[in-house]
Amino acid sequence: MPLLSVRDLKMFYQVERGFVKAVNDVTFDLNRGEALGIAGESGCGKSSLALTILRILPPNARIMGGSILLEGQDLLKMNEEILRKEVRWKRISIVFQGAMNALNPVFKVGDQIAEAILLHENISKDEALDRARELLKLVGISPSRADNYPHEFSGGMRQRVMIAMALACNPDIVIADEPTTALDVIVQAQILKLLKDLRSKLNLSLILITHDLSIISEICDKVAIMYAGKIVEYGSTHEIFKNPLHPYTQGLISAIPSIRGPKRQLQSIPGTPPDLLNPPPGCPFHPRCPYADSTCKSEIPPVISLGRSRYVMCHKIEEVNER
Amino acid sequence: MNKTLIRVENLKKWFPLKRGFFASLFGSEVYVRAVDGISFNIYEGEIFGLAGESGSGKTTTGRLILRLIEPTEGKIYFEDTDITNLKSKELKPYRRRMQIIFQDPYESLNPRMTVYDIITEPLRVHKIGEGEEERLELAYKILESVQLIPPEEFLYRFPHELSGGQRQRVAIARALILRPKFIVADEPISMLDMSIRAEILNLMLNLKKEYGLTYLYITHDLATARYICDRIAIMYLGKIVELGSMDSVLENPLHPYTRALLAAVPVPDPDIKIGEIPIKGEIPSPINIPSGCRFHPRCPYAKEICRSKEPELKEIEYQHFVACHLYSNGR
Repeated sequence: MPLLSVRDLKMFYQVERGFVKAVNDVTFDLNRGEALGIAGESGCGKSSLALTILRILPPNARIMGGSILLEGQDLLKMNEEILRKEVRWKRISIVFQGAMNALNPVFKVGDQIAEAILLHENISKDEALDRARELLKLVGISPSRADNYPHEFSGGMRQRVMIAMALACNPDIVIADEPTTALDVIVQAQILKLLKDLRSKLNLSLILITHDLSIISEICDKVAIMYAGKIVEYGSTHEIFKNPLHPYTQGLISAIPSIRGPKRQLQSIPGTPPDLLNPPPGCPFHPRCPYADSTCKSEIPPVISLGRSRYVMCHKIEEVNER
Repeated sequence: MNKTLIRVENLKKWFPLKRGFFASLFGSEVYVRAVDGISFNIYEGEIFGLAGESGSGKTTTGRLILRLIEPTEGKIYFEDTDITNLKSKELKPYRRRMQIIFQDPYESLNPRMTVYDIITEPLRVHKIGEGEEERLELAYKILESVQLIPPEEFLYRFPHELSGGQRQRVAIARALILRPKFIVADEPISMLDMSIRAEILNLMLNLKKEYGLTYLYITHDLATARYICDRIAIMYLGKIVELGSMDSVLENPLHPYTRALLAAVPVPDPDIKIGEIPIKGEIPSPINIPSGCRFHPRCPYAKEICRSKEPELKEIEYQHFVACHLYSNGR
């Protein structure tokens, strides 16, 4: 049984003009110790998906259906109080985008980590502080710096503190939402290496949300490509990068430059991502797709399963990939 | 291609640090040495990349060249004319020929102006075009050049009605309408979505051909620099540490910092992983610049001389310069 299994999940935001269909029929599995990358452009619903899994949504969010099974137990049916005490942070935690700016400037870093522990575990403050120091060591910061304030740390180190905080209660799953976006490339490489090390050391499962496919190829085993609230292609990192099947995935991969390998002409995807308030009928990618025909304009494509952990949502899969 | 369009000599920009009243009475002035003595040429028709991490001084360099800020020291030449000390009136004809594209198209366009007003404002400033009709014609043409087609559909829209990629095209159109020779593109794609970045890069390459442009491309992203640059300079804490053709810097990086930077770039291929990053820590503050070679506290090869003497930028291979004592024995 997978550790986390998301089935047909739908979460819409209610706004004056209707519903923003941010997460629209999302299905995927995450095994223990596995790293899943969720890739997509801004506004495709990838961050909303993370918020939905933890049920930390704004008041206008409506979960319209589906299930989120954590070892068989549906988080969507769980009482909020139990979810807060037993699941959030203890089983699943999150490192937010730009998280390094989320530390409170007037508290010592060690105290802030200890606070997260004390909220979930029945231990004394001293024990929690000891734990905080251990966590700092785990993420590569000298434990003596627990008494420092956030402004005494660099951006990369603050990001490490946020990762330490996410690990405070020994979760099974850490969701990292754009964990390296604001960081310089060398610091980014250091943080990616830390995530990799922690994963193998603690047998963590990781959900990495990013727009940068290079980062996913660096640390993830599986990839879900999201477009307009849907996962349009899902598979192992190797398959997705070496043999992408969906026209959108193909477009994304041929749009990114690489520092290695032969230099090639970059292709862009014409048009812009759709408005999720009124997504196009049929396949949401059809207005930008070179293969689209009348079926694509009217019918939502079926999920075509190709083996145990690979699927793609496309009407024209054979035509696209005949080459 | 060897005609020099822009030449910069020993350019410096030190920003004075604001301090308390008493601190400023006793004790000397403290400066942020954002750009600390750099020299290079940009040839006509090339794309010259300026790469480095945040705080390396690359954006400040771009602004200095355009005279948007005043240098503390050094000289800037545009086609052999020293423009360092030109007064604003004398500078105006040069301003027309040097333009900039900013990083964030969500910030750089006035939300209350229509696309037409935005792209024709430079014409009004420089008093080009007899009346609105001629300006309208120029606006049409330029929108076609940046592929906002058909132009009439975009002319009277406001920035909020456009996507990020379209906004950046408007910003490019605004820079182009004066028919400049030289454009500083300061991280022009870093705020855009992946699928749109390639489109803007390809547009910049096409416009370069169509209008005979020269670019200074400022970036932290070496993968996109590889895609469009002919030559590149790597900056660290206000200094150029390495300069050469894009290919030679990529294939044979000389400076330990350049090597670390290149090693840290993730590759969109699951078979290639980031190796060991040979350097530790993060870029220090440009207020307390280390003595000698400013990279020495992070450098795995630092020797005694690196702590005391600042290395000069020297040509080690043909047209490939590096500022590092490792190469000081004329290798």
